This record gives sequence, structure tokens and C-alpha cells, in this order.
Amino acid sequence: MSELTLTLIRLGLLLLLWVFVFSVTTVLRSDLYGTQISRRVLSKRQPEPRRSPGRQPAQPPAAKDAAEAPRPVRPGPRLPTGLVVTEGQLAGTSLPLGRGGVLIGRSPECTLVLDDEFSSGRHARIFPGPDGWLVEDLGSRNGTFLGGQKLVGTAPVAIGSVLRIGRTTLELRG
Amino acid sequence: MTTTVRTVIPKTRRNVELVLLILAVGIVLLAWVSVDLGVRETVPAQLLTVGGGLLGLTVAFHLVLRWKASYADPVMLPIATLLNGFGLVMIHRIDLSQGHTGLNSDAARQLVWTALSVVVAAVVILVVKDHRILRRKTFTAMAAGLVLLLLPLLPVIGTTVLGSRIWIRLGPLSFQPGEIAKLALTIFFAGYLVQSRDVLSLAGRKVLGFTFPRGRDLGPILIAWLVSIAVLVFEKDLGSSLLFFGLFVGMLYVATERVSWIAIGLVLFAGGSYLAYRLFGHVQQRVQFWIDPFSAESLRQSDQLAKGLMGMAAGGLFGTGLGQGRPWLVAFADSDFIFPSLGEELGLFGVFALLALYALFVERGLRTALGVRDGFGKLLALGLSFSVALQVFVVIGGVTRVIPLTGLTTPFMSLGGSALLANWTLMALLLRISDQARRPLPEEDDARTPDLPEAIATDTEVVVLR
Repeated sequence: MSELTLTLIRLGLLLLLWVFVFSVTTVLRSDLYGTQISRRVLSKRQPEPRRSPGRQPAQPPAAKDAAEAPRPVRPGPRLPTGLVVTEGQLAGTSLPLGRGGVLIGRSPECTLVLDDEFSSGRHARIFPGPDGWLVEDLGSRNGTFLGGQKLVGTAPVAIGSVLRIGRTTLELRG
Repeated sequence: MTTTVRTVIPKTRRNVELVLLILAVGIVLLAWVSVDLGVRETVPAQLLTVGGGLLGLTVAFHLVLRWKASYADPVMLPIATLLNGFGLVMIHRIDLSQGHTGLNSDAARQLVWTALSVVVAAVVILVVKDHRILRRKTFTAMAAGLVLLLLPLLPVIGTTVLGSRIWIRLGPLSFQPGEIAKLALTIFFAGYLVQSRDVLSLAGRKVLGFTFPRGRDLGPILIAWLVSIAVLVFEKDLGSSLLFFGLFVGMLYVATERVSWIAIGLVLFAGGSYLAYRLFGHVQQRVQFWIDPFSAESLRQSDQLAKGLMGMAAGGLFGTGLGQGRPWLVAFADSDFIFPSLGEELGLFGVFALLALYALFVERGLRTALGVRDGFGKLLALGLSFSVALQVFVVIGGVTRVIPLTGLTTPFMSLGGSALLANWTLMALLLRISDQARRPLPEEDDARTPDLPEAIATDTEVVVLR
């Protein structure tokens, strides 16, 4: 075998090794550019109908269990668009309220996964009702507290509502 | 810090994996041809059968991923295949220089172990359907890990090879149980730390700006330290001892976010190292080789490190070419010193490509840890990838004289079946976790959320940067 062929194979091998390394890194580019990280800014407004300002708190949204709401909804000009964890292990985490709602609990399939021994696997969910956001306790063991009172069934929430789940406190933000 | 992370809809990228896999096998086969042309001036006779076998085996594993873990990371399998293949090629090259051929050669045995490892890794993917079932086995894993670690000390089956008592021998089969112990203990550390990290990170007194843990919380780290000292004293295995303790301290730091654990770990490590240095001749010897491998005194005892360095120097930037150097001059050129062997024949450009692949492999593991949504999975993925990183650092740092040489295997490359088996299993676990991490949240998948009227969430996912 001629010297030239051997040299070509030798250099070709090194070249191919680096081609492999760079193809791997090209595949990984999606990791760098595939996520948007935003700080303290909830960039996207959800395309949902806004509640008209000045609606009376005495007329809660027409949800099925709304009568059981222990706390009247504060009149707010806008609907909440995000959820912020204010206390607990995940304090500081925020997530936008998407169209599909948010499931909170310990189970990894939840939107917000709590690492909190006092929360249940699927603890509570926040979902859009016909007239605003509603929170529902999903039969959790230790209960969900809305503004200090234990939540039974479903209740409407608004900007500033404080939810406590186990040792985690969440607040709805506009 | 308030951080919102929106991820784009993930792709499985399995086709990319297949292309990379074929490229990796192709590069390995070219390397093999290069070795045989260099040494024997012929093209290997079994090129198509063995090459086809390797391709078939890894593609089968790829199909298992398509079937059972379709969102698993796409680049780990190609990287592992390439590293494993280069290990095989170099072992074959050393075989040729010593006149071993056919079924009797080390390369043939390593090939059988490779096949076995890939099959075991596929079985792990199939059996471990969800990494969280491992959390229930936390204390089983601890018991298994400690037993495996101490198994070589048993009188009949334990064997001392070259001063280290890390082998067990059952008839014709020999095995290094410490490699599997590494996996079991990582599972234990992850399960244990995810339970107790609150206590370990919150309670404590503040001294000089560090929050130091309470005395009674020091128990676990002291036990880990004592076990690693025991491995060092009774099995004379510096590498495993270092890996085991480093892994524990690293995972403890990540679980608690307390720098004080690193400080405590380093102090314990320094104390242990000093004691070991004073008490054991073989540790003193290693330090002496490290500080001055070319002195007459060092060369009289062992010229291994010096010859490895000279080999890498002979390789230069582009290497001598596979099959054209003389890597067999170094003792253990196909196991502990496989990296200098590759350095001699592939040159600086070649070994840096291999190092880059290790870095990418570890990066994928850490990315998996960031992406997965449960604490146990995070710690497990972190521990597994950190153990690979630490091992690569300890081995390659050892042979390039950055730190004293300790006997650890180069992941995926060194001659030795147990290490290969352990590393492929480790990768299977990482792939399983990454499948969970990259899989989109169930949206239309009503099967997984039967008791909810509407599909939950959504295009957003909160990545907790803990």
C-alpha cells in the first residue's frame, strides 16, 4: 500500500472524526435556540376575552360551583395571565397561564411540579371558565387554601388571589 | 430569581440519531481498515461481517429507542458507539502487535462484551419504563452497592490482581463488581438526597459566611468518607475510592446548593489523602511518578507513565497514523493507557475530538438533569453524568500527569467487560430519563389523564433551575 494512500486515510479519519463532532453539536443547536427565557416579564398575553372593567364582585362568574366560593373575587380590571410561586421550594418560579390551564401537584406530569411532601400527586388545577379563571381542588389530601380558607370544589380566582398548597404559596399575577 | 422557560415543541430526532449512528460505525470501520493497512498491509477479512454485526447491533438498540423511548436524547448512542468502536480498534491494534489474532484475541473478547452490553442496555430500556420506579429501590440500591463494592474482599471469589483486590473470579469468569456498584450507589445517593436535602441544606449555623450543617447531619458524608477510605485501605484501589467520594460530594452540593459541603468534602479529602500518603507505599509511589516520572528513581520502578508521555509526544499534532506507531511499548496500552495509545496514533487533533465527544456526552446528561421534572430524576441524571466526567478526568488527568495516576477505566474504551457493561447501562438509564425530560407534556394524550375532563397543559413547562 502506497505511502500516499495511508496518509490520505490518516488525515481523512481525523477529518471525519471532527465532522462527527460538529454534526453532533449542530444537532444540539436546537437546545440553545429552541427555548426562550424571559425574566420577570410575562411576554405573551393570552388571547382570551377580557372581563369588562367595573363588573360587580357580587356577581361571580357563572361557574357551576361558584356559590361555594369562600372569598369574593376582587374587582380587577384584567384577568390574571400568570402564576408566581411566592413561598416554598420553588419560590420565584413563574409560569404563564396557558389556554389549557395549569395542573399543580407532585406528579411529574403536572405543569407545575411541586417538590413538597404536603401536596398530593395531582393536587389542584387552574383552568379557564366561561367568565374567568377557576381553581379546583382535585381531592387532595391536605387541601388547597384560597386566601386562607379551605377550598371546596371550584372557585373563581383573580389577580392577587393567593393559593396555598402544602408549604407552597402561589399568587396570581396580571 | 424569576425565570420562565418556554420550550419549543420537542422533536424526537430519531432519524438524526440513525444518520449519526451510521456515520459513527463508518468512522470506526475506516479506523479499523487503517490499522490493518498500517500493520499487515491488508484490508481486514472480517470487515463486512464484524462491521455489519456492529451496525446491526447498534441499529437494533436504536429501534428499541424508537419503540420504547422515542423522545430519548439523539446523540448519546452515536457518541457511545464511536467511543466504544475506537476502543475496539485500539485493542485490536495492540493485539496485532503481540501476535494475537482470531477468537483468542482481546479484541474478540471485547467485541463479545460489547454485544452483551448493548443487549443489557436495551433490556434496561425495556424493563425500566420510568426512572422513578428506581426511587423505590433506594435502600435496596444502597445494600447492593455496598455488597458489590466489598465483594472482592471475600476470601474465595475475591482475587488480587497487580496489588488491587477489585476482582471476583467465578471459574473462568472474572468481573469487577465495583463498576456496577457505582451505578447502584448513584441511584442510592439520588434517592437519599432528594428525601433529606431540606434538612441538609436548611439547618445549620453560619460561620464566616458559610452555613455549616449541624453535627448530626454530618453522618452521611462521614459514612461515605469512611467507606471510600475502606476501599482504599483494603482493596488498594485509589481510583474507585476517589470516584466514589467525589460523586457523593458533587451530588450533595447540587442537592443542597451549599458551598460548605464542598468545603467539608475537600477538607475530608485532603485529610484522607494525607493519611493515605503517609501510610501506604503505593500511594507515595504514585505521587513520586507524578512529580517526576523521568527521574532515575521513578524509571527504575516503573517507566509506564514516562513511556505513555513519550508516546503522546511522538504522535504530535496529527499522530503517526493508526497502525504505524508503537503504542504497545507502554504497559497496559489497551486498558489504563488506551488514551496515550490513541494519542500516539491519532495525534492531538484525534484525542481532542474524543475528549470533545466525552464533553458532549456529559453535557447531554446534564441537560437531561435540567429538563426532567422530578427531583430524583434530576439528581440521578446529574450523578450518572458527573461520574462519567469525573472518571474521564481522573484517568486522562492521570496519564497526562495532571494528577497522580490512579487505576480507573476510560469509559467505553478500556479493555474490560465489567466497565463496558456498566457504562452502557449508565447510558441506558440516562436515555430513559432524557425520554421523560424531552417528551412533551400530555396534551391530547387522554389515556394518561383519564380523570380530567380537559386536556391539561400545554406548550409551557417550568424548568426549575435548582
